[in-house]
Amino acid sequence: MRRLRTCFTGRVTAPPLSAPLNISFDYTRSLGPVLGPFMTGLRDRRVLGNRTADGRVHVPPLEYDPATHAPVTDLVEVRPTGTVTSWTWTDRPLDGQPLDRPFGWALIRLDGADTALLHAVDAGARERMHTGMRVRIRWASERTGHIRDIACFEPGADSADRAEAAGEPVTIMTTPIRLSYTHTTSEDESRYLRALAEGRLLGQRCPVCRKVYVPPRVCPADGVPTEEEVTVRDHGTVTTFCVVNVPFAGQRLDPPYVVAQILLDGADIPIPHLILGLPADRVRMGMRVAAVWRDPASWTTSPENIEHFRPTGEPDSPYESYQEHL
Amino acid sequence: MSTPEVAVVGFAQAPCLPSAGTTSGVETLVPIFRRALAEAGLDRRDVDFWCSGSSDYLAGRAFSFVNAVDAIGAYPPICESHVEMDAAWAFYEAYVKILAGEAQTAVVYGFGKASAGVLRRVLALQLDPYVAAPLWPDSVSVAALQARCALDGGIVTERAMAEVAVRSRADAAGNPYAQVFGDFDVDALLAERYVADPLRVHDCAPVSDGAAALVLAGGDRARQHPRRAWISGVAHRVDPPGLGERDLTLVPSATAAGEAAGLRGALDVIELHAPFTHQELLLRAALGVGERVRINPSGGALCGNPMFSAGLARIGAAAEEVMSGRARRAAGHATSGPALQQNLVCVLEAS
Repeated sequence: MRRLRTCFTGRVTAPPLSAPLNISFDYTRSLGPVLGPFMTGLRDRRVLGNRTADGRVHVPPLEYDPATHAPVTDLVEVRPTGTVTSWTWTDRPLDGQPLDRPFGWALIRLDGADTALLHAVDAGARERMHTGMRVRIRWASERTGHIRDIACFEPGADSADRAEAAGEPVTIMTTPIRLSYTHTTSEDESRYLRALAEGRLLGQRCPVCRKVYVPPRVCPADGVPTEEEVTVRDHGTVTTFCVVNVPFAGQRLDPPYVVAQILLDGADIPIPHLILGLPADRVRMGMRVAAVWRDPASWTTSPENIEHFRPTGEPDSPYESYQEHL
Repeated sequence: MSTPEVAVVGFAQAPCLPSAGTTSGVETLVPIFRRALAEAGLDRRDVDFWCSGSSDYLAGRAFSFVNAVDAIGAYPPICESHVEMDAAWAFYEAYVKILAGEAQTAVVYGFGKASAGVLRRVLALQLDPYVAAPLWPDSVSVAALQARCALDGGIVTERAMAEVAVRSRADAAGNPYAQVFGDFDVDALLAERYVADPLRVHDCAPVSDGAAALVLAGGDRARQHPRRAWISGVAHRVDPPGLGERDLTLVPSATAAGEAAGLRGALDVIELHAPFTHQELLLRAALGVGERVRINPSGGALCGNPMFSAGLARIGAAAEEVMSGRARRAAGHATSGPALQQNLVCVLEAS
């Protein structure tokens, strides 16, 4: 999943911070010997089912016979008209559904098939929906070999649409998936983010092992919430690092550049950040660094308030000082 | 059936709330681990195996269950596993692990912030990814298609469905973790409008944030505990994924799971995981639940449906009936997938 956008918006009072989290991903699926011809058929305004050993015709088609477990190879064309075997009504369509006005969902047994296909019916009004109603396919004007090549069904007993072969067999289908969430932080994380908006780095100490976590979290070694607040310095030591040489989508800096784990003074767990201000091949373990903050006028409840870390020029920390934090 | 070798020795749950806690679930899990382990008389370091049920689709990020391991305190290193299903299936994995002799104790937990996204839309993605999910059929509409089949077939009535809601909400008044409860009138409920014809609000479980944890012990470790519910059988089965491939009014996988788990025989109470009223009626028929059996004294999922822990909570609630002495023989049921596609049955006994 690709994270498109997270930005934490601060509130004056205590409730935990939350923010929109919108993710999207195009699922690309190969189709194989059954769904490939089925999707190719839809592109060509033709519906193909297949026949299992018991003689039943399945639409959508099955890849394997549930009784014999054999591949189902006997493809059968069925009619673009059918009968509603069950239905419901949607007053407020959700994002991504076949219609953006009130519509019916239905299980539809196409003429020539023995099983039912799930799809939308553009009936206009709930009162027009009923079990046993006759419907026909409304084809999408642009068809690519996808279940959405059926735009929806509409009331009607027959169809004048003619199938037409339109190119190479379809072997891949792509389905964009977009989901919207509200991500909610813990109270401790919220305190950390609010302190960041004031230019402070806040940690919390585990009451059992006494380690200081930045950002605060339930101690993963002891399973107890950390409690005592500890302000840590914005200076620290590079424990380990990598040189980014590979370009990728959404990259903000030109490679090569360095992403490092930085153990802030007073903390027991390092944070990841950028090291800039010197050539990538000069960054080393043990190097002392300091935070470079953005203009305070732009600070929000975000780790992005720190633009990057820069070398301080202090002598390197000895390995023993950070070997427990790698 | 042979002598039971594994018992439930502790259970705890978080209150079911319309919106609560972080997306990660860590802060919700910490106190219920503490309570479940205290009831079982175990320290977290005594637990041989941890197994959870949750979903990245609820959290909106990959490997979200790894985050929740923080709540355990995983040091020294632990033995841990996860299922992307209701934690009732994690329970099954832990049960088998103990039977196999690879663990003597286990904690099973489920969690999820169902309110973080639009749950009924997110659940469309559990459907077939080629012919169904790209249409985004929401989970309430899918359940409504099943309810319509049952109504058309004369198997349920809208009144019988409303009666399930009224009984569940009345029982939930005694459950401090329930989200929906109280006294309601069947005729008043039937006067409400449809949310997805033929389903009304009372026919659908609420969207709930929550979590549950259950402690298992095997052999002598179980016999040491004064409060225990022996597991005499567990089984789970699955029906075909295609909604138009099966008779939606029958639940063959529940029937088969019930038979394999040894459900037949005198039963005092059963906790059914039915997120929709008509599904309780279908499950009662599929499992052959008799008239004398008390159904969902907790109020069931209709009164609090924390995703990925509601099924586990049914087993926990049934186990509590046995551990408290209110029941000698009880059963917990869990479902997963659309329209009761997957079903698990667990039979619990006092001795």
